[in-house]
Amino acid sequence: MTELPGRSWQDLADAAGKRSEVPEGLWMRCPECEAMVYRKTVEQNLHVCPECDYHHRIGADERTRQLCDTGSFEPMWEDLRPTDPLGFVDLHAYKNRLATEQAKTGHADALVCGTGFIKGRRVVLACMDNRFMMGSMGSVVGEKITRSIEKAIETDLPLIIVSCSGGARMQEGALSLAQMSKTAAALARLDAAGGLFISVLTDPTTGGVTASFAMLGDFIVAEPRALIGFAGPRVIANTVRQELPRGFQRSEHLLQKGFIDRVVHRKDLRSEIGRFIDYAGK
Amino acid sequence: MTTVNSYAGTYELDFERPLLQLERQIAEFESQASLSRPDLADEVRKLRQNHDKMLKKIYAKLGPWDTVKVARHPGRPQAIDHIRAVIKDFTELHGDRHFGDDPAIITGLGRVGSHKCMLIAHHKGKDTKERIACHFGCAHPEGYRKALLRMRLAEKFALPVVTLVDTPGAYPGIGAEERGQAQAIALNLREMSRLRVPIVSAIIGEGGSGGALGIAVADRIGMMQYAWYSVISPEGCAAILWKSGDAAEKAAESLKLTAADNLQLGTIDEVIEEPVGGAHRDPAIATQNLEKWLTNALRDLKRFKIDNLIAKRFERLRHIGEVAPH
Repeated sequence: MTELPGRSWQDLADAAGKRSEVPEGLWMRCPECEAMVYRKTVEQNLHVCPECDYHHRIGADERTRQLCDTGSFEPMWEDLRPTDPLGFVDLHAYKNRLATEQAKTGHADALVCGTGFIKGRRVVLACMDNRFMMGSMGSVVGEKITRSIEKAIETDLPLIIVSCSGGARMQEGALSLAQMSKTAAALARLDAAGGLFISVLTDPTTGGVTASFAMLGDFIVAEPRALIGFAGPRVIANTVRQELPRGFQRSEHLLQKGFIDRVVHRKDLRSEIGRFIDYAGK
Repeated sequence: MTTVNSYAGTYELDFERPLLQLERQIAEFESQASLSRPDLADEVRKLRQNHDKMLKKIYAKLGPWDTVKVARHPGRPQAIDHIRAVIKDFTELHGDRHFGDDPAIITGLGRVGSHKCMLIAHHKGKDTKERIACHFGCAHPEGYRKALLRMRLAEKFALPVVTLVDTPGAYPGIGAEERGQAQAIALNLREMSRLRVPIVSAIIGEGGSGGALGIAVADRIGMMQYAWYSVISPEGCAAILWKSGDAAEKAAESLKLTAADNLQLGTIDEVIEEPVGGAHRDPAIATQNLEKWLTNALRDLKRFKIDNLIAKRFERLRHIGEVAPH
């Protein structure tokens, strides 16, 4: 198992950029082990590097395809769109950013959710999409997570949320912050109803998403070597003015510190989720 | 009438600069007037009137970034000042019974007006040594766990919870991460949403992100007039979106972080008025207004059956956010 030093946000953004530029070629270079690998092989291997087991980031569509029994996923609330409640403008206007991201991903916002079957077990599944504004949580993501939780309560189905996010979305200000308490409150109701919530953390899960629903699973599993934390590594490094320990904020580190139940390889996610449901689902 | 506080001149807010000259003159005349020149008393009175007029004018059109500066003024009364001033028999309870005692969050028993309460408050520190120990009001996971422990105690003994929020954000450090900062905050959000006693929160200075929200899920949320509350600090936002900390002023404008903005967004219920020129100019009035708001809120919430209160609390949390179609 390779241990990585904490990466900065810029590295993450750069790496994401590099990755999205590659897809045309037949061959690709693994950002982790730098081996040249045949793209098809990586794709057939669930987007995991056959050489070093590096888990490439995948979008929500690929995720639902991987997790659900073939053709069983039925998306819900796809019509929910973000508005621009603050009229937020930084170097770009939020409105324009949204339009660009929507065109790029074909989704209205950074979360795809619905119902499907995992190894024959019916579930409510919500997957964050890192390609859409770093998977950040604004009103739409918060609303869809909450509706997914409510759907799980109404139908007695297990709830699976696959997180992958830079945190709360700055462009919606305090409204994004409020999505943290909104989703957490909805989970209190699911908990009271005896519902099962399996939280799957993938690279990266940080900020307001980690500090709300993602860390509230009955079971919390993470893909190998995913960055998981509250503050970003660069912010921490700037605050404490020292080098971060090797492997800091990685799945294996969190496992060792006692904050996640298991590190699960992508190829085993379906079966592990299935097992949790067998033991704890209604 | 506003008084010239000892802080004027020693700590200078850039937008208050026009006042500085006047304040110095008043101070000088006053010392002379009390000694040998009683004729100056009239002059002083005029200068004071001018000063107050100008102060009022400046604060009437205070921008978001200036508001952030007022919220961070070192002379601004902190939670501990409010507590010392008006909370009867405050009895601090230390530690999270698990790891340690985070000085950045104070918890304890005390009476707000006639209401026996559990108080939970951020603590920034009153002097340099204390500020460093408190990480300037940035709490660690043990702080949030200490808060939750006390909230559960309050629940057991049917004491309403009062929280005073004043933090730039939760502490971003190695130990904080390794001890589960995110998990600690997440748990507080979930448990506060269903705590079976009334919760009243006031954002009294800085309401920085998850670090603030971690003790600010409540039935009634008040915000002092010159406090700020948002998803991230203006500096943090500027660094990420503008790639430069220098853009903090622009970020402050974009984030809609003032009390008036938050009222409009529905993230708070009421604005608690501050004396003209900010709480630091007249801490006694600021404390008085805060206490009045807290006691009113507590009295109000007492009327509800706890199940109804929790249902209302949930409804409020549930319906926040802007999506289309509505």
